[in-house]
Amino acid sequence: MSTLALRPFEYFFAQYRRVWRGSAVTSVVTPVVYLLALGVGLGVFVDRSAELPGGISYLEFVAPGLLAGTMMQIATFESSWPVLSAIKWDRQYLAMLATPLRVGDVLLGHQAWVAARLTMIATIYLVVITAFGGVSSPLAILAIPVAVLVGVAFSAPIAAWAAHTETEVSFVAIFRFVILPMFLFSGTFFPISSLPSALEVLAHLTPLWHGVSLCRQLTLGEVELWNALGHLVYLVSFAAVGLALARYTYRKRLVL
Amino acid sequence: MKRFGELVAVDGVDFDLQRGEAFGFLGPNGAGKTSTMRMIGCVSPVTDGTLRVFGLDPGRDGVKIRGRLGVVPQLDTLDMELTVRENIIIYGRYFGLPRRALGARADELLDFVQLTERANDKVEPLSGGMKRRLTIARSLVNDPEVMLLDEPTTGLDPQARHVVWDRLYRLKQSGVTLVLTTHYMDEAEQLCDRLVVMDKGKIAAEGSPRELIERYSTREVIELRFENGRPDDFGYWTEGLVSRVESLPDRVLLYTDDGDAAAHGLHERGLVPESVLVRRSTLEDVFLHLTGRSLIE
Repeated sequence: MSTLALRPFEYFFAQYRRVWRGSAVTSVVTPVVYLLALGVGLGVFVDRSAELPGGISYLEFVAPGLLAGTMMQIATFESSWPVLSAIKWDRQYLAMLATPLRVGDVLLGHQAWVAARLTMIATIYLVVITAFGGVSSPLAILAIPVAVLVGVAFSAPIAAWAAHTETEVSFVAIFRFVILPMFLFSGTFFPISSLPSALEVLAHLTPLWHGVSLCRQLTLGEVELWNALGHLVYLVSFAAVGLALARYTYRKRLVL
Repeated sequence: MKRFGELVAVDGVDFDLQRGEAFGFLGPNGAGKTSTMRMIGCVSPVTDGTLRVFGLDPGRDGVKIRGRLGVVPQLDTLDMELTVRENIIIYGRYFGLPRRALGARADELLDFVQLTERANDKVEPLSGGMKRRLTIARSLVNDPEVMLLDEPTTGLDPQARHVVWDRLYRLKQSGVTLVLTTHYMDEAEQLCDRLVVMDKGKIAAEGSPRELIERYSTREVIELRFENGRPDDFGYWTEGLVSRVESLPDRVLLYTDDGDAAAHGLHERGLVPESVLVRRSTLEDVFLHLTGRSLIE
């Protein structure tokens, strides 16, 4: 990454410092609440009535799903409104582009910041999951970079869209009709083998399913090498194509 | 030249900037001023033709060129939530200036634009004039050789405009080259050593404000207003008294070197308008003469 791209990163960091307290609290409280409700509360019933593959507890099953799913949501948010705002409302991208920074620096700097945020949140998440007993292998530490990659696989294409769209109305639709269904049906809360077969095929195509599967292999310590590599390649491709698209839409929007 | 699809925004604009001068683009909205500024600022590529800034090619050396420019955009791009001082420091970081030096630099610049007292306030509640001054201070953080000011005082009240003009004048005195666009003739007259009048993407005339007035207008102008409609055959009344007549919807302008004498002559011929005002020619008259239209419509 060009050092020029670190400069926009600094801006987003400065902006974040104003809100870090609230954000830090949310980052801890959210996983605690989810794990209490699903891992502990719902888990008691699930463990009593159903057999999960590999004989694991529901808490162990759902924890990596929540981790990957949360990364997706935060990444999508961070690359939708903030990107459009930097173009249209507070126009920070325009301020940056009047200086030596180039469009590529602005894009990479912003995405690097999103990745840094995701790293913070994933780390907190993993600590909370571990405290709840949802982790059974030290390999889980690798779930942090994987979770960040899941995030970038969403934030990059969403940034591409945000730089293309004129209004924010589509963001709400994306959350409601893309992100939420993915969150619920990508193997996060139950194995996708329980889905009707057509939906199961569809679930296989979502980057979230690949992310959840890979995170789960790592937190359970049951990594199938080739399978894991497949997930990784899928996620990296999503992120790479997203970045290329974003580069294109950013340039189109910002260099008139 | 700058084309947006079918629209030719800037066409055959030819000019040279001298170091240390204040150079203006005067023209109505849509004349191509902003497009020209964006090309000089290396944010907008040139569709056709040659542009050199500091002798460098914006297409290749944009990073280098922008490092030596100070840009004041038409719409502020300040961060509303950061403090006044932080806005300058962060902007300085975009130029890669060391954080340690930037604190002192920010204080110095805030002093220059008289915002020291607001240094630690957020930007949001500042008045329009203060925000503009902050934008100017911010654009100076890299000690630019050339400042690009796109309509620096549009939307400000008269008092705030004078404060901005005063600061810009001092910058010019200290050797900074100013390039500005405006649709205010008084701004162009106050600040510019040399200017081009732009209309529909082309340069209509070039020179110092005084030269332009001498070349395209008369020394004085008589403005006549009529309450009950103006006389039909105006040429008959003004014959031999004035050199040119410009008929606008709300008033008639008569161009002459001696306004009082001509006004007296009209009175003797029995023409009785509702009001008669004799004034000096301005760039507005130059523009009217060159394009047949007013600057601000």
